[in-house]
Amino acid sequence: MRPDANTAEVIDVGGDGAALDPAAVPRVDAGLDAGTLVSLLAQNAKTHGATVAVRERDRGIWREFTWSDVLSEVLAFAAALDAMGFRSGDGLLVIGDNRPRLYFGMLSAAALRGYPAPVYPDVPPDDLEYYAGNSRARFALAEDQEQVDKLLELRSRAKLPEVIVYDDPRGLANYTEPGLLSWEDLIRKGKERLAREPGLSDDLINRAKPTDAAVLLHSSGTTGKPKGVVLQHRRVIAAARNAEAADYFRAGDELMAYLPMAWVGDFVFTVSSGIALRFTINIPERQETVLHNLREVAPTVYFASPRSWDAMLTHVQVGIAESTWLKRRLYNWFMPLAIELERERLAGRTPGLFSRIAYAIGDVLIYAPLRDYLGLSRAKRAYTAGEAIGEDTFLFFRALGLDLKQFYGQTENCALTAAQSSGEVKLNTVGKPLPGVEVKIDDNGEILIRADSVFDGFLNDEAATQKSLAGGWLHTGDAGYMDDDGHLVVLGRVGEVVYTKGGERYIPTYIENRLKFSQYIKDAAIIGAGRDYLTALVCIDMNAVGHWAEVNGVTYTSYAELSQRPEVYKLISGVVRHVNELLPAALAIRKFVNLPKEFDPDDGEVTRTRKLRRNVIDERYAPIITALYDGFETVEHESLITYETGATGTLKRRLAIYELK
Amino acid sequence: MILECCDLERSFGGLRALKGVTLGIEKGEIFGLVGPNGSGKTTIVNSITGFYPPDSGKILFEGKDITGIRPHDVARLGIARTFQNLALFRGMSVLDNIMMGRHIHMRPSALASLFYWVWAERDEIRQRELVEDTIDFLQLQDVRDLPIEVVPLGLQKRIELARALVSEPRLLILDEPMAGMNQEEKEYMARFILDAREERGLTVLLIEHHMDVVAALCDRMTVLSYGEQIADGKPAEALSNPRVIEAYLGTKRRHAA
Repeated sequence: MRPDANTAEVIDVGGDGAALDPAAVPRVDAGLDAGTLVSLLAQNAKTHGATVAVRERDRGIWREFTWSDVLSEVLAFAAALDAMGFRSGDGLLVIGDNRPRLYFGMLSAAALRGYPAPVYPDVPPDDLEYYAGNSRARFALAEDQEQVDKLLELRSRAKLPEVIVYDDPRGLANYTEPGLLSWEDLIRKGKERLAREPGLSDDLINRAKPTDAAVLLHSSGTTGKPKGVVLQHRRVIAAARNAEAADYFRAGDELMAYLPMAWVGDFVFTVSSGIALRFTINIPERQETVLHNLREVAPTVYFASPRSWDAMLTHVQVGIAESTWLKRRLYNWFMPLAIELERERLAGRTPGLFSRIAYAIGDVLIYAPLRDYLGLSRAKRAYTAGEAIGEDTFLFFRALGLDLKQFYGQTENCALTAAQSSGEVKLNTVGKPLPGVEVKIDDNGEILIRADSVFDGFLNDEAATQKSLAGGWLHTGDAGYMDDDGHLVVLGRVGEVVYTKGGERYIPTYIENRLKFSQYIKDAAIIGAGRDYLTALVCIDMNAVGHWAEVNGVTYTSYAELSQRPEVYKLISGVVRHVNELLPAALAIRKFVNLPKEFDPDDGEVTRTRKLRRNVIDERYAPIITALYDGFETVEHESLITYETGATGTLKRRLAIYELK
Repeated sequence: MILECCDLERSFGGLRALKGVTLGIEKGEIFGLVGPNGSGKTTIVNSITGFYPPDSGKILFEGKDITGIRPHDVARLGIARTFQNLALFRGMSVLDNIMMGRHIHMRPSALASLFYWVWAERDEIRQRELVEDTIDFLQLQDVRDLPIEVVPLGLQKRIELARALVSEPRLLILDEPMAGMNQEEKEYMARFILDAREERGLTVLLIEHHMDVVAALCDRMTVLSYGEQIADGKPAEALSNPRVIEAYLGTKRRHAA
């Protein structure tokens, strides 16, 4: 299926706008017979009409929608949108937390050959305006009053969207704005129309083509303006099929849909795999109740970001620390044993008989109850991606008996490029490319991808499309290599590879992630491009350091004050020293500063997915960076703060610089 | 006029807590009751809800004389209140605390309860649905099952509001619902009060210290000082009344230049 990717000869991909060569793309006609998400949904409704497709916890009770219910809602909403003049190529902004109706509405817009454009619920107004304009969003679907207010504000500035449909009517009774409609009203009208026009259902089911957009996602934009990634039906369906072929998903899986709807992973897992592989999708009551609802659902496949896994580990550790003497003893005896066993297994050794018997006993006494407590008793397949996961966390959950695996992907390839497979998990790789995905490394060390699941272009940006798909390969912009076993190792962004003055090559993110594996460090930015040595800006983790301070009798009143305590500097220097041991001597971090505030998406220092915006950081902390290299011991710092009201203020402090000897 | 208080007088020993207070609240209004500490605000509430009947004067609720009626009967008539110093039931979950508010609407007979699965279950489910609706309204889903002791104070106030709301009152009396709250919690609470009126057609008697809240929320208000009514009317008018300024800030002194 996959030609020897790591030894395949490297073709010329000439970065400077080489034209897209259709002949080089074997996938050009791929998936034309795969149908659309809408036609697959109709098929599900026909063959499994009475099977539960979606569960939503509402008013404390799990309410169920069968495949027939889902299809009927999707068609009714499509019929109503159609009657209001929603045309092929129009956008439907979808804004809110995960709700069944928002998912249904996306499918309705796709059925009408439009662009369903989910956005993050906490999207800044300027970005929202850009998304609305880019997707020509004449229509919007909002979760509740809060989101309606945002859209009304947007309309007053950008004249878009003309029609706003809301799911939850709470608090909207007295709104008199034109074009503000409730979901229920539209569904009623849609159903009436479907009853009047007998051929309409079939028309709506078959109107969209496999080459139409299934979804329009906006890339997070670590650099410059976000780009609109159009994923066609055939692409997202191919991604689901590839994942199934890799035994990544199985037909009929139970899935928890709680990750942001604007994230490619949620669309590919919940919507496209959900329909193509007939999952049961479970939607939590609120974001705050996810962990609680997780236990009620006990999904069979579970995805969480590395940060969530870290949080879950902390949750367990805190719980055990507050538990009874017996439970603590059991945990402290059995858990290290399981972790040691897991290490052995990953190293390819078979553990001894005694260890295996002890593990079996531990499973009954502690591992299984813990899995149950976390709601993961049925989660035989658990995943993480987005950034590197800490070794301790990774080992812990694998030791607990969860088959936790990492995968790697990008929005442009429907989130699924390579994945670790069971029994072949290596700590530093993201596994082999999925079946149906070709991966190649070019001369610059960039990862290139060719697959049926690769997208066909950015919306309204031909130049970027040409560049991204030059030579028929997707240029990921990630730097990496294939190891001897054909596993892909991802280092970071190609554009992030930087050199010190002495010519040492490194990727800041890689080092920052190693720092962030410590519970005491929430964020870090490595400085050093074109400099003599590396330095770091550190944001301490308020919870962990706060707790540490409490235990160690260090007093503080605020984040800023805590960050500047000499004891805390000492604590963080220990972490930095440990990371330095893992780095070549020339890349050791020589000095660092604890910043008086966390990096905040509202201040533009990190993206919504918490990726650093280096240009912003370089600019905002320029005086500190200068001081780090000028031999000062402290530096005066003024930071700009944006309050929730939108007002701005400044915070002035003298920060200490710590030098590691 | 949903509530009328005529010439209320109440003394505690030698202290005249209310000196002839008269006020009328229209249906659907948010009516503010304001005044410095010890000015008699809570005494009025306690008179209306029957905790301390007034020594003289009359209280009419929907045209009916309720002067001196006992508290549980007042609750049945459709008046619910929250307390200045939280009065939640320790040792019970948040959900059970809110369910207590349905108490006045539940009429379980001994026989029905005995054959729970046959008779009482359906009623219990209906009651729970009403409670869940309020939990959703006040966004209390994530604390629903927690014991009340571990819930933060700001949320406890919200739970008290929930308990008052589930009794489906026509008049809701809120005794300093925002005491001890931070700005964000105050904004939430203000929003809930407005939404409760809009959605449930409630009339609200709001006792509050925070002037910004009162001015923003109330349609009309009465200002008390030492048991005496010193101003009435729209918030802007009442708050600019010199007597109110004097009661709050002391006598205004003229400064040179």
